[in-house]
Amino acid sequence: MTQPDIQEEGAAEQIGFRNQLRAGWKALPIAQRIAISVGLELALAILFFFVDHSLGYGVAAVSALYWIHRLPPLPWKVAGQVALIAIFAYPVPTLAAGLAIIFAVFWVPQPLRSRVLPVVAILLAVMYPFYQPKMFVMPIFGVWPDIATGVYMLVFVMMAVGLNIVVGYAGLLDLGYVAFYATGAYTAAWFASLQFPKTTFHMGAVGITPNLPGIHVTIWLLLLLGGVITAFFGIMIGLPTLRLRGDYLAIVTLGFGEILPQIARNSDNFLGTGFNLTNGPNGITPLDSMGFGSHIGNFTHGVLPANYLQCCNATYLGHQIQSTDLFFWTAIALLLVTVFCSFRLQFSRLGRAWIAIREDETAAAAMGIPLMRTKTWAYASGAFFGGVAGAFYAVFKSATFPGDFFFNISVFILCMVILGGMGNIWGVIVGGAFLAYLNQEGLANTGAWINANIHFGSHHPNLDVPLYASGIYGVIILVVVLFRPEGMIPSRRRAAELHEGVHDDPLYDTQHAGAEA
Amino acid sequence: MTETTENGNYVLVAEDLRKEFGGLVAVNNVSFDVPRGKVISLIGPNGAGKTTFFNMLTGVYKPTAGRIVFLGTDVTGKPPHAITALGIGRTFQNIRLFQNMTALENVMVGMHARMKANLFNSILRTPFVNREEKASRARAMELLEFTGLARKAQEVSRNLPYGDQRRLEVARALGTEPQLLLLDEPTAGMNPQESAEFTAFVSRLRDEEKLTVLMIEHDMRVVMGVSDRVSVLDYGEKIAEGTPKEVQKHERVIEAYLGKAAVEDMKNRGLS
Repeated sequence: MTQPDIQEEGAAEQIGFRNQLRAGWKALPIAQRIAISVGLELALAILFFFVDHSLGYGVAAVSALYWIHRLPPLPWKVAGQVALIAIFAYPVPTLAAGLAIIFAVFWVPQPLRSRVLPVVAILLAVMYPFYQPKMFVMPIFGVWPDIATGVYMLVFVMMAVGLNIVVGYAGLLDLGYVAFYATGAYTAAWFASLQFPKTTFHMGAVGITPNLPGIHVTIWLLLLLGGVITAFFGIMIGLPTLRLRGDYLAIVTLGFGEILPQIARNSDNFLGTGFNLTNGPNGITPLDSMGFGSHIGNFTHGVLPANYLQCCNATYLGHQIQSTDLFFWTAIALLLVTVFCSFRLQFSRLGRAWIAIREDETAAAAMGIPLMRTKTWAYASGAFFGGVAGAFYAVFKSATFPGDFFFNISVFILCMVILGGMGNIWGVIVGGAFLAYLNQEGLANTGAWINANIHFGSHHPNLDVPLYASGIYGVIILVVVLFRPEGMIPSRRRAAELHEGVHDDPLYDTQHAGAEA
Repeated sequence: MTETTENGNYVLVAEDLRKEFGGLVAVNNVSFDVPRGKVISLIGPNGAGKTTFFNMLTGVYKPTAGRIVFLGTDVTGKPPHAITALGIGRTFQNIRLFQNMTALENVMVGMHARMKANLFNSILRTPFVNREEKASRARAMELLEFTGLARKAQEVSRNLPYGDQRRLEVARALGTEPQLLLLDEPTAGMNPQESAEFTAFVSRLRDEEKLTVLMIEHDMRVVMGVSDRVSVLDYGEKIAEGTPKEVQKHERVIEAYLGKAAVEDMKNRGLS
């Protein structure tokens, strides 16, 4: 659905330091502005060069990229781009290749580009295990994330896209999303481990001996089951809580997000019956492996491997396939399904109803939208994807522990949605991938870089940056909320709402608001 | 259209409707009926309980006592969406459009209750969903055409001029396919020419679309111009009812609007 740009509210007065600064800057002649910018960037690059050579080059390259982008297209822009690729071609060939791909994509004319871009992105992601070892070393962040980190990122992006349905579309602030993650993980653990040794039930599981006790269902079914059970659980939580609005809902979901890990922690003696439901703080481990089973495995000659954990001796394109790669590709497939569903929902009767509820509940109800039911669907859809992601990640780690489901995970996923841009799937993917990367590798690499390159005279800091993770995310979110509340890649609609507010003063009878369902 | 056995000629019947907020009686045992195919106006001074009355009819408030029957169905205390689904469409006194949606999307949200696509077939985008989406888009365009907003279908509603926003509210309410349309001060903030246009528009709703309209209105030119019947509320009570002419002359109405002194004054001058 295309819609015209939301008009900029004519900034009537230039109040505040930022606006004055901006106005002063705009009053300068263009040549001066360019000269000052280029000068500052060069100075920055030189300064950084002395801290760390590669960082200096990096700043210069980003600056060059920006100015080349602003050159008049035909002779100059192409020449600039070719020059940039040529400069990097010998010292960092992977960077040159990356630039070439990006430039090529952006030369595709617009209506086609929005189709080409996702295809290229997916291809690059799928091929990642093949070129990851050859990738150049980034300034500050160091080597590119390994494949296991890639799986982690994909799983969290999937959860962020799920949460985006709840928070971004329907505007229901959910601070307990970790509960869904946990439900999915435990569902997978119950049905694919030795947790219930009194029952022996096998159904398509791979990599286990035929008489192994416990329930062993194929993971493919469990991914679905994890989603469905979690969605059901979401409905159970949603029915009493979704009558609340705004902050109240946030508090209650926060409560549920706390309750669930506690249940997981204490249910090695479930409700005092002596029944071991979750194995308590020790968690459930190991879980069965994923795989397509020997029939499909043999039939496809191992292209669809029988068991992810015993797959690997094939070498393609100079890369020996690892089981982690298989999980990585599976995660990509799951994320694609999530994104697909998310898009389809956004532009449907239900998606419109969600946005309507977000903008004005009273008007939405007056237009025939059943509030409870519609919100519950949003909650259930969000929960479904959280559950699938949780189940998949538990299988990948082959374990699930109550300690994995702390409140900070909920906030972490919410941060991804906010940072990326509430309501915009691309934004959420980018924000989620970035934060997940920071959490898994980025912060540690940054710390290592700081310790290696920054010193004050003879004093060398010895920072353990990941220790400060929560504080760093907090600062990131503060900065985003203060300066760009719509996130990195905003949805237009959401941006307008956040800057100008929505019309949602409640009009309901308190005694009556609960009567619908 | 379902003719009811009870009150074939009445779309809506409210009996002894009462609403208390704590000790305050906002609407005091008002009985009210809306005949089919007519334009009924509800007038009264500020704070007379008109909007409260509306909010009870549309399910936003639950009546303290009394009964509302719409097309033979008891809708007392039903939630707003259910009442809308049964066929009561409404607009709001202070415009409550979905401000960041386009005009077309606003009307399509209004059609929610008349559409059937659900979560699952929306994801699969079955032929049924495709057809339904197409049909409702076409119907929404028709309604925008009817309200004179067709050229602004893709505009974000917050950017529309005030008069257009009012009309879009009506278009959105028409999207719910109402049998009875409730308009809450539809001409508030309009200039005389816009009001006159709107009066003509309401007559078209009645005459061309065969809609029944119940509106709260302050602009007497609009009220007198289009109403088939006028009911007057004051302090939560119905003090008069009749044709515009009758109501205009009704002593208690003049008293409610202008005070007792004015009535005495008029009597003295032999005007009443």
